[in-house]
Amino acid sequence: MGKFGFALSPSSRINLDEVDKVKFAKLVEIEPDVLKCMACGSCTASCTAGKFVKTSMRSAILALQNGKNEDAINFLKGCLLCGKCTMVCPRAINTRHLIISILKVYQ
Amino acid sequence: MRERIAGGYDDFVIPFMVGMAFIFIYLFIALIRLFTHIPPKDRIKFFKSLVNPKILYKDCRDILLDCLLHVKIFKRNLLLGYMHASIAFGWFMLIVVGHIEMWLYVPQRNGLLYYPVFFRYFVKQEGDLTIKGAFFFFLMDFFLLMVLSGVGLAMYKRFRSTALGMRRTTKPCFADRVALACLWSIFPLRLLAESFTAGIAGGSFLTKPMYWLFNNFLSNDAHILPTWWAYSTALGLFFLALPFSRYMHIPTEAFLILLRNAGLKVTKPRKGFAEAEIYSCSSCGICIDACPMNIQKKNLPFSSVYFIRFLRRHNTRKINQISDKCLMCGKCVALCPVGIESCGIKRAQRATLYNDIKHDYTYLHQAHHTPDSPAHPLPGTQAATGTSAATGTLSASVQADAKLSGRGTASEKVLYFAGCMTHLTPSVIKNLTGIFESSGTEYVFADKDGGVCCGRPLILAGREDAAKEVIARNTELIRNSGCKKVVLSCPICLKVLKEEYNLKGIELVHHTQFINTLLEQGKIKVSPTAGSMVYHNPCELGRGCGIYKEPLNVLQQLGELKKAAKEGKESICCGGSLGSLTLNYEDRGKITQGSLAALTINDPQKIITACPLCLKTFADKADRPVMDIAQIVNENICQK
Repeated sequence: MGKFGFALSPSSRINLDEVDKVKFAKLVEIEPDVLKCMACGSCTASCTAGKFVKTSMRSAILALQNGKNEDAINFLKGCLLCGKCTMVCPRAINTRHLIISILKVYQ
Repeated sequence: MRERIAGGYDDFVIPFMVGMAFIFIYLFIALIRLFTHIPPKDRIKFFKSLVNPKILYKDCRDILLDCLLHVKIFKRNLLLGYMHASIAFGWFMLIVVGHIEMWLYVPQRNGLLYYPVFFRYFVKQEGDLTIKGAFFFFLMDFFLLMVLSGVGLAMYKRFRSTALGMRRTTKPCFADRVALACLWSIFPLRLLAESFTAGIAGGSFLTKPMYWLFNNFLSNDAHILPTWWAYSTALGLFFLALPFSRYMHIPTEAFLILLRNAGLKVTKPRKGFAEAEIYSCSSCGICIDACPMNIQKKNLPFSSVYFIRFLRRHNTRKINQISDKCLMCGKCVALCPVGIESCGIKRAQRATLYNDIKHDYTYLHQAHHTPDSPAHPLPGTQAATGTSAATGTLSASVQADAKLSGRGTASEKVLYFAGCMTHLTPSVIKNLTGIFESSGTEYVFADKDGGVCCGRPLILAGREDAAKEVIARNTELIRNSGCKKVVLSCPICLKVLKEEYNLKGIELVHHTQFINTLLEQGKIKVSPTAGSMVYHNPCELGRGCGIYKEPLNVLQQLGELKKAAKEGKESICCGGSLGSLTLNYEDRGKITQGSLAALTINDPQKIITACPLCLKTFADKADRPVMDIAQIVNENICQK
């Protein structure tokens, strides 16, 4: 779609063709827990770094599924690995390893 | 005693000498390589330690107690200790007494490496046995018997290790098996060889009766040379297999003690100091039983002993797999008879994988504070400007609270640093602040509205560069508060504050220590109405910071303290450890259950811990109340 200059906010269009399937498969291989997320947001609510800067495990996983790898990194680069999200996750996702793995795979 | 063989040489010494030459060359090259891998600063430190009498004394003491007498293993299990000590100390004494005999009787052969080893073959007894001679004969037979009894125990341990206090033992690799077979045959062969020769060279309570026994049905003289050949070959083969087997620990362990006492630390996972540690591992397998993960049999290959074996083989895939999985609870380090800091090596290994991961902690530095700034940022600005105002609270409020509010000055107050995990267990904060108030302690709550992580989780994940930024920021905050005492609720924070922060002049205490002091000073009084309980030693508090006594002191005043199956430094990790990266929820759950089973063996009413992480992990799975020590104290405080 062409730009008409009317938008108030940047486009939030999702283009699934941008999903890097190879990288995502690699991520799943390293930490299969990434598939378990149900986007409840407990991790984001409890996040230590999230008090200061937008840091969100949940948003990062969604961003990866939507092909927005850059956003995913931005959601996690402030993470302090404190492990609170692991403790509160109702799906028992190994979030700390997942964060490290995402940063490593998509860097 | 006189020389029997002219020239002091026989062909059978060749296998021994070949092995000896090989091992000396190997060790020499290894030593030079190791020194080139040690950072220059550490090298100087090492050489300086060699001229420091205090360190030298410690070196000698440690080598005698750890390498020869194996005191640490004795403390665990007498029989196992005897097995190790008899072989090590007995063999050492055989060598020493052999040399003394040579110096006394055939001084012309001084300097011949093989001579004291095959002494009995080369000499012959003349006339009547002097007391001096009989004494050495006795000593030699005594130490040989000592070693033989150790070898006998070692053989028995192969079949029934539980009798020596080990549930599981290490699976030996091929080189280990070769060296083991040689080691086991060396001493029986020596006994045979000396027995056959006892008619000529003399013997004592062991070799003489054997000589007479064999004399009845064997022609002893015909067996002398073959048995000496066999003995020499076994020795030679042992030396050839030594560098590739676990017995490399014999020469390396003593060297490691020198390096450790000089104050060297692991810098790289495979080089320098770490290499000395790797080759000092005797694969005794004590770490296998120690590891909390091994409650499940499938986790056996992830024990520290195999981690070190894979490091020796440069098997990167396996090394990474194990180092990522380890809970870093430190139990294997605490129990290791050699004192190998395998957790340090694992951390260094993780650093090779994860230290270069991108991070952006600029938000830590956005806050700036001046003494004149308002006590609290205005609520309106906080909401409006978002991140920067939030960081403002972090520093400004701590500082302002400390300086402006309350009666006392900042230096009289204690700074309470709860830490991330404590914020997940509000009961700890509530009860500890209750204790602060009951005791009339003035405090400043550093991270009331959320603080920054202490940095330990980052260090545990090998991201040391990232951790440094966090540490620098927190140090600044704590220093700026002006408080001279910091109370922490989380042992994870306490450990890193003690080890990595530069907080000279500021006292760091865990709340168990703080409560203990309050009780000792009579600032709070408790009633013994808590019922029966068991105390769980958190890894980071006990093994990490060495705090064992204070919590027990406190709990004894509250009620009946029951014993757990494993206590003190053998306490089992709760399973929630931040150390492990890849361990999944199910496996962690198994560890938690195992730890709970060990705690509740005497059926206490309550489980008490002193770490918010343990509290949260246990609370999910325990069948009885789990409490923090602050809670049980606060609930049983007698109101004044």
